[in-house]
Amino acid sequence: MIIIGGSAGSLQVVFYLLANCPPSFDIPIVIVLHRDPHGLSRLAELLATKTTLSVKEIEDKEPIEKGCVYVCPPDYHTLFEDRNSFSLDYSEKINFSRPSIDVTFRSGADIFGKELLCILLSGANADGADGLHYVRQQSGITVVHTPEEAEVSYMPEQALLHGRADQVLRKDGIMQFILQFA
Amino acid sequence: MDKPSIIQITEEDLSLLINDIHLTHGYDFSDYSRASFRRRIERLITIDQLSSFAELRYRVRTDPEYFAHVVEEISVTVTEMLRDPAFYKIVRNHIIPVLATYPFIKVWHAGCATGEEVYSMAILLKEAGLLHKSLLYATDMNPAALAKARKGIFPLSQMQQYSRNYMLAGGTQDFSSYYTANYHFASFDSRLNEKIIFAQHNLVTDFSFNSFQLIFCRNVLIYFNKDLQNRVLKLFDDSLEFNGFLALGTKENIRFSSIAPNYKQIIGREKIWRKIK
Repeated sequence: MIIIGGSAGSLQVVFYLLANCPPSFDIPIVIVLHRDPHGLSRLAELLATKTTLSVKEIEDKEPIEKGCVYVCPPDYHTLFEDRNSFSLDYSEKINFSRPSIDVTFRSGADIFGKELLCILLSGANADGADGLHYVRQQSGITVVHTPEEAEVSYMPEQALLHGRADQVLRKDGIMQFILQFA
Repeated sequence: MDKPSIIQITEEDLSLLINDIHLTHGYDFSDYSRASFRRRIERLITIDQLSSFAELRYRVRTDPEYFAHVVEEISVTVTEMLRDPAFYKIVRNHIIPVLATYPFIKVWHAGCATGEEVYSMAILLKEAGLLHKSLLYATDMNPAALAKARKGIFPLSQMQQYSRNYMLAGGTQDFSSYYTANYHFASFDSRLNEKIIFAQHNLVTDFSFNSFQLIFCRNVLIYFNKDLQNRVLKLFDDSLEFNGFLALGTKENIRFSSIAPNYKQIIGREKIWRKIK
C-alpha cells in the first residue's frame, strides 16, 4: 500500500508521480490532500486525466483493488477498515484538517505494518509529521519530499523535525523509489 | 526529536473492552467499524490521560458515571445545520413538495447527535407551510447529545457558516430570525421544536417504532461495519412507507446492501433513495 499526503503546493507533484506510473503498476495508491470542504469534489476526475491507472474517490467501505488510485473525499477522514476496504470518519478535525494526513498514515500503519510506503509532499501545515513517526514505529517506509524542492517547505520540514524519514528525495527520486516496488 | 508514543492498543484489547461494555452496560459495539472505534478509544485515552488500557477497562466496568462519558466520547457528534447545502436544496425543491401531498408528515432523524440537522429540516418545513402537520422524530443512542438537541441552543460562532449554508440551500429569509443571540449562544425559536420528538434509540439493538415518509441517517452508517450497515438499512426499510425517501451522508451508499433492489436513487449526486418496491 502506498499513501501520498500533501497540502498547499503538492498537486503538481501528485500529477507528476501518477503520470509516471506504468499501466501495470498494481500497488494501490491513496492520495490524501487538504482540500476546500465546500469546493466541488472534482479532484478524482482531474487526476484521472493525468494517469492510465483507474482513479476513484473513496466512498464508505469502498473495496481496495490492485492497480487503483484512491482519492480521499473532502471533509472526511479516511481510515483502513482492514486490508481489503476503507472506512470513512466524520470526527473532529486533526491539525485543522479533515481529511488529516496523520489519521490516514496511522490507520494504514495499523493495518499494513511494514507493507506500507508513506510519502509526504509540500504544505503549509504540520499534518503528516506525527503520522510518519508512527508509520516508522510500525516498520513502514517513509519518504519526504526534499524541502529545498517542495513548493511550500513547511510540511516536509516539520516531518523531518518530528517525524523523521527513511528517504528525503527530490520528485524524480520519489518516482524512482516508488517504481522499485512495481 | 521523538514524541512520546501513545499506548499501543491491540485488536484483542479492543475485543475485550467491547465485551466488557456489552456485559456490563448492554451497549453493543462489536459491529462498529474497528478503524473508527479504535480512533475513538485512542482519543479517549489521550483526553482522559489514562495511564494504561487496563485502567480504561477497570473504570468502564466499575464506574457508571465514567461509562456515560465514554458513550459520549465514542459517539461522534460532529454535525452542522444544513450540512451539504446542495443536499438540502434537493430536499427543499424535490422532496418537500412530495411530502406536502400527505395529510400528515412523519420524518425520522436517526442518529441525530446534537440535533442541528433536525432543526434545519424543521426550518424547511416551516417555510413550506408544512410544519404544523409534521412530526419529526429525532433519535440518538447518546443521551448527553440528545439533551443538547432538545435545548436547541448552538454556539453563536457557527451562525455565520449556517447562514451561508442556508442561503446556498435556497433559503430566502433572514436566517437570524430563527434564533435569539444570547452571549455566545444562539437559542432557536421554540416553535421549531414543538413538532420534534427527541428520544433515545440505539440502531444496533432497538427496533422499528413507527412508519415514516422520510428517514435521515447521515454520517452514522460510516461508523458501522458492513454487516451492521445491512441490518440497520433493513430496519430503515421496515420503517419506511412505500414511495418514502431514505437520505444518507454524501459518501454513504446502499448499493452493497440487501435492500438495494427496492430503491432508486433520485436525481443528482446526493445520496437520496426512493422506495419503489
